[in-house]
Amino acid sequence: MSDQASPQAPKAQNRSNSTLSSWRASYRRYRKQHKWLGWGIPLAVVVLAFSYPWWGLEGPLAFIFNDGLGIDNDTLFNMSVYVMLALGLNVVVGYAGLLDLGYVAFFALGAYTLGWFGSGLFNNLDWHFLDTNASRLPGIHLSFWVVVLLAGAVCAIAGVLIGWPTLRLRGDYLAIVTLGFGEIIPDVFRNGDDIAGHNLTNGVRGLTLLDRPGFGETLHDASGGILPVRYTSLELRPWYFTVLAMMLITVFVNLRLRDSKMGRAWIAVREDEIAASAMGVPLMRTKLWAYAIGAIFGGFAGAVYGSFINGIFPTSFSFQISVIVLVMVIVGGMGNIWGVIAGAMLISWLNFRGLDKIGSWISDVPGVSSDFSIAKYKFGIFGALLVIMMLFRPEGLIPSTRRKAEFAEGEGQATLYDARA
Amino acid sequence: MASAETASRPSFERRLPTSQIILWVVGAVLAALIGYWLIKNAVESPDRFLEVTLIGVTNGSIYALVALGYTLVYGIIELINFAHGDNFMLGTFQTNGIVNDGSFQIPLFPTSFVLALPLGTAATASSSSGQKIYTILMCLFFSMLFCMVINVSIERIGYKPLRNQPRLVPLITAIGFSFILQDVGLVWKDAGPQPLPNILPTGNIFHWRGATYGWNDFIVIAVTIPLLIALSYLVRSTRSGKAMRATAQDMDASSMMGINVDRTISFTFALGGALAGAAGAIYALYIGTSKFDLGFRLGLFAFTAAVLGGIGNLSGAVLGGVVLGLIQAYTEGFWDARWTTTVIFSVLIAILVFRPSGLLGEQVPEGQ
Repeated sequence: MSDQASPQAPKAQNRSNSTLSSWRASYRRYRKQHKWLGWGIPLAVVVLAFSYPWWGLEGPLAFIFNDGLGIDNDTLFNMSVYVMLALGLNVVVGYAGLLDLGYVAFFALGAYTLGWFGSGLFNNLDWHFLDTNASRLPGIHLSFWVVVLLAGAVCAIAGVLIGWPTLRLRGDYLAIVTLGFGEIIPDVFRNGDDIAGHNLTNGVRGLTLLDRPGFGETLHDASGGILPVRYTSLELRPWYFTVLAMMLITVFVNLRLRDSKMGRAWIAVREDEIAASAMGVPLMRTKLWAYAIGAIFGGFAGAVYGSFINGIFPTSFSFQISVIVLVMVIVGGMGNIWGVIAGAMLISWLNFRGLDKIGSWISDVPGVSSDFSIAKYKFGIFGALLVIMMLFRPEGLIPSTRRKAEFAEGEGQATLYDARA
Repeated sequence: MASAETASRPSFERRLPTSQIILWVVGAVLAALIGYWLIKNAVESPDRFLEVTLIGVTNGSIYALVALGYTLVYGIIELINFAHGDNFMLGTFQTNGIVNDGSFQIPLFPTSFVLALPLGTAATASSSSGQKIYTILMCLFFSMLFCMVINVSIERIGYKPLRNQPRLVPLITAIGFSFILQDVGLVWKDAGPQPLPNILPTGNIFHWRGATYGWNDFIVIAVTIPLLIALSYLVRSTRSGKAMRATAQDMDASSMMGINVDRTISFTFALGGALAGAAGAIYALYIGTSKFDLGFRLGLFAFTAAVLGGIGNLSGAVLGGVVLGLIQAYTEGFWDARWTTTVIFSVLIAILVFRPSGLLGEQVPEGQ
């Protein structure tokens, strides 16, 4: 799927003769003859995604998607948020080859940024900027759209601050340091209700009554009532469209980044740090950019997620989320946007609804006791999925051609990262 | 990029970059503040300081046992075995079963069916001393055996086929196994904390003003130190230990010298697993409770200990374990237990930033 022309590509293709590859080869031939597919397919996918409420939630196919697979509004929203997270992590892990085991830190930071700038936490203040609440509430209330941007900015700064001392470490030490930050940041939020006497995060009680997105009266009237004044928990479609739009922006940025000078530098660093450095790629700056950009998407996702859930608790940002997002990236195919999207949709569906659905299908089978609960096995299933994936298809479901070539090289040791910078 | 600049100059002109100097100054100031804080506490209440120190050393020796498993494996195949902490957790559960149900149990995952081998080891706080000693020994033995088998099986199934893959691949497999083991624990026992009766001897060895040191604290050390001596002997003076050290230094060369590398690596995992099992038994008996998600956090702490001492370095892991136990005890004793996680991970990050090779220097495979 990737457009990266690579000299190793044909070799890698010959080596694996699975059905999937031959389908891909014929698809590629077909696509070469029909240039319009290059924009036609993405457009069709976008249209399908935006019209999902009309054909998936209700309408002709609802019995499969809404009833059968359980993809309702909630699940749909969560899936989109996780696609954003996975695409953000893809920049760090997939493009730049930096293993980040603490990505949840940025997700949490994004959510708490919303808490700081869009809730009544600091109720001795009274700052307002274009917020769409019905009445004038105490606390800092900025417009949701401003807060989303702020969340990205805060996360980018945090990414640079975290990355600056640590990105010089080699591969698995970096993984451990990021893991450490992934543990520290939620811990700080948990204990943040009493930092030198100030309540910065409301501690374990968490933040509730958060601001929701909205367009205000003026835009509502100007658009003829299409744009809602403020989103509610009853009408979930605007939420879905919003997060879908944010996701599309993420995809677009990801695509453009991949083909940019920075993207090529990332891939060079991933493939061989020393060679890249010798070719004049500034290692630290390149890695810092990857880390910061990955963090930005984590922040966006965190802000919109916090607003939708309408509650931010330190316990919701556990190591498991970091791992689940990493699993999405790996199962889908590191470095390949379409693979990552597919992996994120599959895994988040399994996580939020699919496993429960499968569990209920199993307990419907005659002979299985009705108190069978699949929730107990969730982590075991995830673990097994990871292990099986790594054993049989370490490059992911839909790997990028280039990535596949790296794996096919086989020499291993030095391909991902091993330079002791 | 720093190396490119410095390489062109003669070595005597090499200067530290400004960022390094800033980092070191910050580090020195932090170290000085911590030292001052400790001395202040020691002078203010020496008995409390002694008590906290003893708790730190006792907990630290458990960390040391777990850390050794990480460091052994990392030293030989450069893999952070994330499943190790959860293996330790299964060791605590095994001990729990031996004390509470009096049987050695094999959880048959994914069903919640358990095979049990009766040992007659069920004990409570009021059992006779003979029964208690028998139970403790059985706990140690079977817990070590159990964790050893798990660790070796994981290595055979998951890590061995991936030895030539990029290092990210076995690392993710390790995370996968960690999840699986956690789930085994969850299905085997339940989600809540699993208590067991205190069968360690009670009573104090000495007490000085407010500080006490009990027999149960002593048992922890009394089990740990012989294990450490045995391990040290095994690695330094036996053929298998020699093979281990050779494999750790250079896998290819040692296989050319006729060392069975696969078997040596399995042996290393067996050693690590046995130590995790012993640590699990001691932990369950000493702390008196365990939980299915205990392994993840404790495993991370133990890994921190291994890095602290210098990964791959056996004495380093022990030193790191004790230092980590002390850090934890001082944080909880003189500051606030809520911040322990933050403090420990900050220490980890500080070490990796300032001295990645650890206190005693790392020992990892060469030439890679």
